[in-house]
Formats: sequence, structure tokens, C-alpha cells
Amino acid sequence: MNAVRQPRSRFAYQARRHLPERIIQAGLFLAAASAVAVTIAIVVILVYESTGFFAHVSLWDFLTDTQWTPLFSEKHYGILPLVSGTLVTTMVALAVAVPLGTIIAIYLSEFASHRVREVAKPILELLSGVPTVVYGYFALMFVTTLLQNTIMPELPGFNMLSAGLVMGIMIIPYVASVSEDAMRAVPMHMREGSYAMGATRLQTALWVVTPGAFSGIVAAYILGISRAIGETMVVTIAAGTQPNLTWNPTDSAATLTSYIAQVAQGDLPHGSVEYQSIFAAGLVLMLTTLLFNIVGHLLRKRYREAY
Amino acid sequence: MEAANVQEIRALISRHKLMDQAFTLIGILAMFVAMITLVALFVDLVIDGAPRLNLDFFTSFNSVRNPSKAGILAAWVGTTLVMLVTAFTGVVLGVAAGIYLEEYAPRNWVTDLIEINVTNLAGVPSIVYGLLGLGLFVYGLNLKNSVLTAGLTLALLILPIVIVATREAIRAVPSAIREAAYAVGATKWQCVSQHVVPYSTAGIMTGVIIGMARAIGETAPLIVIGAVAFIAYLPPVPFTGEPPAGLFDWLFAQFTVLPIQMFNWVAESRSAYHVTAAAAGVVIIVMTLAMNAVAIVIRYRYRKRIKW
Repeated sequence: MNAVRQPRSRFAYQARRHLPERIIQAGLFLAAASAVAVTIAIVVILVYESTGFFAHVSLWDFLTDTQWTPLFSEKHYGILPLVSGTLVTTMVALAVAVPLGTIIAIYLSEFASHRVREVAKPILELLSGVPTVVYGYFALMFVTTLLQNTIMPELPGFNMLSAGLVMGIMIIPYVASVSEDAMRAVPMHMREGSYAMGATRLQTALWVVTPGAFSGIVAAYILGISRAIGETMVVTIAAGTQPNLTWNPTDSAATLTSYIAQVAQGDLPHGSVEYQSIFAAGLVLMLTTLLFNIVGHLLRKRYREAY
Repeated sequence: MEAANVQEIRALISRHKLMDQAFTLIGILAMFVAMITLVALFVDLVIDGAPRLNLDFFTSFNSVRNPSKAGILAAWVGTTLVMLVTAFTGVVLGVAAGIYLEEYAPRNWVTDLIEINVTNLAGVPSIVYGLLGLGLFVYGLNLKNSVLTAGLTLALLILPIVIVATREAIRAVPSAIREAAYAVGATKWQCVSQHVVPYSTAGIMTGVIIGMARAIGETAPLIVIGAVAFIAYLPPVPFTGEPPAGLFDWLFAQFTVLPIQMFNWVAESRSAYHVTAAAAGVVIIVMTLAMNAVAIVIRYRYRKRIKW
């Protein structure tokens, strides 16, 4: 009797152990699957509201009209002024972040001692921890005033230049840390080969390590671009909110992000074209950053596989 | 002839060494530009905001008419409440997802899909999360511009940060620990909850703190979901609001938070408000930098101490 019952109770015992296990595993899976749900929700909401927008505005007008005035009585829905504002601020930011970020990466990876690196990297991380609204204040109150008082007395109070400059400083940590990762992934024996031929540190860094880490460095730039395009508060505060089709950084202009932030501050009737227009701008923003992110990640993966 | 050649080579070497040193200098200068910006930013805020940085600033509401009386009472209470929601939802969800991906996930296309999505979400601009919150929480679930909406939106925003940090921390636990647990008869969950997660707490905490610091300073998505800048009352204390008062009435109150308050003061045309903006900025930056610093310290100490 006992011999028969024992296996059954063992099964019962195992079932008691396994049922909660299953439930927990299912719960954890749902948590992980929420990442997919969030992506789907973002895409569905952006596409759904944009469909409403494009029912009012033809895609041709959207892409070719040179004015963006959804809040005026005479409405124009050309995305170009917002795109130009985004491009100009991004370019200014890159002009700061690419040289400084690359130099810092080369310095930290090839020149700095272990000690310097241990101190410098956390400080760079702090730089990326500063809230963007504070950077916005800094751009408007400090950088613009500084430029007006020194080299550019004609500079208007709101301008893309100081917003871009501050954004550049803001994305230095991203550019520097991704490039440095790529450089440190270059195997030691390549550096040693270079030193054995009599090359100096700088020659090794510029002619061996940098080309070896090229795809990773480009990935760093591209991820930096994506950050700059998506940044909102600095441009909303410091670059002005008037859509303006211009390529001059000293002008004031709205960007895709600052338009969304500016319009969302007002009380928008749910379902109106103005309401839908921020989702259309959001869709353009999302698609652009997605494209850059995908290219960046593919390039990053390439250097990881190369060595 | 020979001597001239040697001299030439010597000159070449010294020239190259000089360039090496020149680059070191350039590298240090580049680092200094970054650091000086950080210092300038902080000093500028402190100087601008000093007149308002007193106890009064923390205990009074915003004032539309009188900039010298405007304070951040509603804002810091709001930030605290929103962060409570974010911590409860975002951290739990993120840590659970991280545990699943690292310990449970089979190698198949579903897992690949989840991983691609996590990487992708980390790169989505924060304002797009605002649009998500506006469409999903404000209108979709009809939660309006409440503390709950703000907390949930920020929770989704920090989800990728928490997931990635949790995975990295769990990956650092050697498999010998897991095998030892299984060898004495532990189930998978017993092994994970009693061994793997406790040993990776420091790493997970680092990610959670950095994520929360990010959420505290985030402004753009909250503008989109409709944060209110002028609130002259606090969310109801549990069981004291309009009857029928419940424990969670505060979740559905309108909200403002520190960065929103600061943004509205910066956008004010009256320059007297810029002083209050700077003072609010000092409070925000001290909070976020302190959190980041704590996270960095935890990470460095933990990396040095634990040797498997």
C-alpha cells in the first residue's frame, strides 16, 4: 500500500511546487512582453491620430508647403520649417559633440591612465544626468547672454545657436562613451604591432585604433544625432517657438519637438486638426529617430562581431 | 653623413613625441570644456537663484502675481507622489522583465522580438512617450491629467533603463551559484528569488536610481500630457477629500512637478520669475546629481568589493 501511494504523493508534491513556478514564470513573461506592448501602443496611437490628420491635409502639402501655421486663421501644414529647425539645431550640436566627444574618447581610451579614467568617466556621466530643463535655462540665460555680450551683440534672445551649443555639450557623454567602447574593443595586438613598427601613441590612435573602431565611432555619432533630434526642452526654452524656414543658426525657429511641446501647453480640443498635428509631427520624429537608431545599432553590432 | 642622418631621426622622434604631448593637452582641454560647463551651469543657477533659496520657498505655493512669494510646495509634493507611482510600476515591471529575459527566456523569436523592442524603446525621444501618455492614459483610459497618468508615463519611459541595468546585474552572478541552488533541490524561482536577485541587488539599485533620477528631471512628456503649472492646493490626503473619500484619491488629482514649475517660470516674460526658476533649478539639479552620484558610488564600490 505504502509502496503504491508514495509515487502519487510525490507527484502531488511536485505539482504543488510546479504550479506557482508556472504562474511566476507567466507573470515575468508578461512584464517582459510589456516592452512589445509599449512599442505597439506608440505606433498605433501615432498612426491612428496621424491618419485623422492626413484626412485633412494632403501628404503632398505636408511635405512641400513651406509654412507651418496650424494655429493661425490661414492654416498651412508644411513640415519643412520644423524639419529645418530640427536640422540646424542638430548640426550645431554635432559641431560641438563630434570633435569634443571623439577627442575625449581617444584621450580616455588611448592616453589617460587608469586613475584619470576612473575619475573622468563618472564626471561625464554626471553631465548626462543633468535634467534637460536646466540645460534649457542655461542656454537661454547664460550662453545667449554670454554670446550677446562678447562676440555677437546682434544675437536675438531666442536663437538656435545657443540651444544647439548646449545640446552639443549635453550629448558629449553619449558620443564619448560609445566611441570609447568601440576603441577599447580593438584588440591589444594591433596596438602592439603598431608600437613595434615605431609608431607613437598618437599615430597608433589615429591610424590603427580609430580606423579599427570606425563603425563603432560612426554608430556613436548616429546615436548622438538621434538624441539631438529628439531633445525637446533645450530648444523649446532657448530656440524660440515660431516655425521659421531658415538655415541660419542665429535665427529663432521651432523644431519638431518644440512645436509639440508648445502646442500641447494650450488647451487643445481632443480630435481637432491641431491636436492631430502634434501626432503627425511626433510620427515624423519617431520615424527619423528610429531610422538613425537602427543604423546606429547595426554599425555597433558590426564592430562587436569584427573582433 | 651618418651623424646627420641620426640627427634627422632624433628630430623626427622628438617632433612626434611633442605631438603626443600636444594631443594629451588637447584631450585634457576637451575634458575641461565639459567639466567647466557643468560647473558654470551649477554656479550660474546658484547665483541667480540664491535670493529665493530659503525655507519659505519650500513651504509656499506658486503665486501668479507676486514672484517674490512664489514657492515650490505643490511642485515638490507632486514630484514625490508621481515618483511613488513611477517607482511602484516602472521598477517592478522593469525588474521582472529583466529577470525573465536573463533567467527564463528561451532562445526563440519571441525573446528576440522583446529584446529588439527594449533596445528600440531606449532610443525613443521622451516627448513621444508624452504623446503615448496623452493618447493612451489621458484619453484612452480617461485618466485625465492626473498624478497617475504622469507616474505611469514616466514608468514606461524608465522601463528600458531598469531592464538593461537588471540584466547586466543578473548576468554578473556566476552560474556556479545557480547550480549549487539546484543541486540542493531548489526550484527555479527559489533559486532566482533567494540567490540570484539578492546578489545582484546593488547593480539593480544602480539602474533604478539612475532611472528615477531621469524621471525626476523629465519635463517634455509631462508638458504633453497636460501638467498644470499653477496649483494652489495639495492632492487630498487619504480619507480626507470629498466624500466618498478613499485611500487613493491623490492618484486622480491634477499634478505639477518641479521641472514643469521651473519651465513655466523660465517661460515667464517677467524677469523676476527667472530668480524663482533658477532656485527651482538648484533644487532639481541637486536632487538628480545626488542620485546619480549615489548610483555611481554604489556601482564602483560594489565592483571592487565582490569577487566571485
